[in-house]
Amino acid sequence: MWRRLREAARRAKRNPLTVVGLLMVALVIVLAIFAPWIAPHPRDIQVVHPNDLFRPPSLEHLFGTDEMGRDILSRVIFGTRISLRIGTLVVVLALAIGLPLGIIAGTFGGLLDEILMRVTDIFLSFPPLLLAMAISAALGPRLENAMIAIAIAWWPWYARLIRSEAVSIRERAYVEAARAVGTSWPRILLRHVLPNCLAPVIVQASMDFGSVILTSASLSFLGLGAQPPTPEWGLMITVGRTFFLTHWWIVTFPGLAILLAVLAFNLTGDGLREILDPKAKRW
Amino acid sequence: MPSDNILLEVKHLKKFFPVRKGVLRRVVAQVKAVDDVDMYIKEGETLGLVGESGCGKTTAGRTILRLIEPTGGEILFRSKKLAAAGEEYRIVNIATASRRALKALRRDMQIIFQDPYSSLNPRMTVGSIVGEPLLVHGISRGSEREDRVRELLGAVGLKPDHMKRYPHEFSGGQRQRIGIARALALDPQLIVADEPVSALDVSIQAQVLNLLEDLQGEFGLTYLFIAHDLSVVRHISDRVAVMYLGKIVELVETEQLFTNPRHPYTEALMSAVPVPDPDYKVERILLEGDVPSPVNPPSGCYFHPRCRYAKEICSQELPLYRDLGGEHFVTCHFADALRLQPVRTG
Repeated sequence: MWRRLREAARRAKRNPLTVVGLLMVALVIVLAIFAPWIAPHPRDIQVVHPNDLFRPPSLEHLFGTDEMGRDILSRVIFGTRISLRIGTLVVVLALAIGLPLGIIAGTFGGLLDEILMRVTDIFLSFPPLLLAMAISAALGPRLENAMIAIAIAWWPWYARLIRSEAVSIRERAYVEAARAVGTSWPRILLRHVLPNCLAPVIVQASMDFGSVILTSASLSFLGLGAQPPTPEWGLMITVGRTFFLTHWWIVTFPGLAILLAVLAFNLTGDGLREILDPKAKRW
Repeated sequence: MPSDNILLEVKHLKKFFPVRKGVLRRVVAQVKAVDDVDMYIKEGETLGLVGESGCGKTTAGRTILRLIEPTGGEILFRSKKLAAAGEEYRIVNIATASRRALKALRRDMQIIFQDPYSSLNPRMTVGSIVGEPLLVHGISRGSEREDRVRELLGAVGLKPDHMKRYPHEFSGGQRQRIGIARALALDPQLIVADEPVSALDVSIQAQVLNLLEDLQGEFGLTYLFIAHDLSVVRHISDRVAVMYLGKIVELVETEQLFTNPRHPYTEALMSAVPVPDPDYKVERILLEGDVPSPVNPPSGCYFHPRCRYAKEICSQELPLYRDLGGEHFVTCHFADALRLQPVRTG
């Protein structure tokens, strides 16, 4: 285990962008966990300050204040909590649907594969944002519904990815060896197929973290996700865009937060791809 | 005819793969990978199975283990482990065995693979790879299982502390030993060795072959040894079956095959065996044309388009697989008449 980690660390070091990405992800996580202590005005999540409206960035309010006098820095910091929660829940939910379906379809093939893949094709034929918007609109504009909607739009990608991996894994001699030994199918799936198709899934999931954050921000921006006064980045941009020409900071800082969070997860995903690359892999 | 020490008898074994086309996936043709194969393996012997690539020898091996479902025929196996109280053994038809019976049969028959790289799960330690059969069959648990794995690793010439390592830390030869240890774990009677040394360096091949021979003596194993290297087959086999296009064309005791081949295809194969003597002139028989497609085999004898002795009847009638006497099985109309060129011995 230690040897593996050291090997991974050695490889990560070869690509400095991976390290940057990992550090940024770590920062996001730290901000999310310790938001109440790090944010300079933690009460500004709920409390309105009628005397401090539209303050430009200053030492007191590094990112300025918004149309209700709330400290934007604090709201951006609290926003990491929401974005991380959305990212985690959506990716986990999408994996929970896509992973088992993809593995089963890929390993067993035949009619079952055909049926499962046609169903995923139906979902894949919609642009994910459009599908998520439609589902979210149908369920009602709440953050929870937006997350469900994104997960529903997302799982087919995982199902496809894992299926294609499983199709190649099932031909490996060690799967046949397991059958020759009398290993049950559930055990073959869990012990032989799943662990060997996980690498690209991990990469995809870590990159999707960014895309999911972006998608949920888009839904919130369109009014289909989080509702005021939640400090959700997309929502903050929607509200702030009215004042963009006169008070640029209200939109700019949440926007930068989205940019950096998405970038962080993408860099991490790219780095993981290299670390987990089966060709370069020695574990 | 066959005596009572027969461990495995295959009768009319067939495996056809459907070729599907179009949107409706209609079956437009059949690939006859194994086409009416008859043979038996005696307890404790090594039966070599040779032939060109694509002749169906690997499919035959997998079908016998029912890793591939047979299309037809019987696979009769004399199992000691499935014997009821008071019986010495029980004859089971593997081809029709139920799922439960099949799982029990897995303890009697195992397989060794050609590629030592893809045959070991890269995410499992050697200990869990070799111990998996024991776990799956609930044979031993905990430290008892660990002891058994150590014992198996020792039997194939690996060190007990290799248990905790991963397959990539081993060389090809060592990995093949791990695969052999896994096959031995359930104490099987029959092992199908599917080209177990073809992927190894020549220097390692001899080591692994010797190991297989030693293990055969030690554990009383019976081998179905699939290969395309004739010198390897000659070294290890008691009897050899030659396959061509899904059929067995000749099956006989090894030295007989090399010194007294009775099928023209065997003769052609034998003429390709190198003899370590620079003065020895052999007439190389070069087969013309390609192996015909098993989707659409030639009429009559499958070998007639490439056979230099072919006569009219060969393109019309399929020769029978028959015993010339002394357990020398041949599929040729003229097996009695032809005088074929042997391989020089020694």
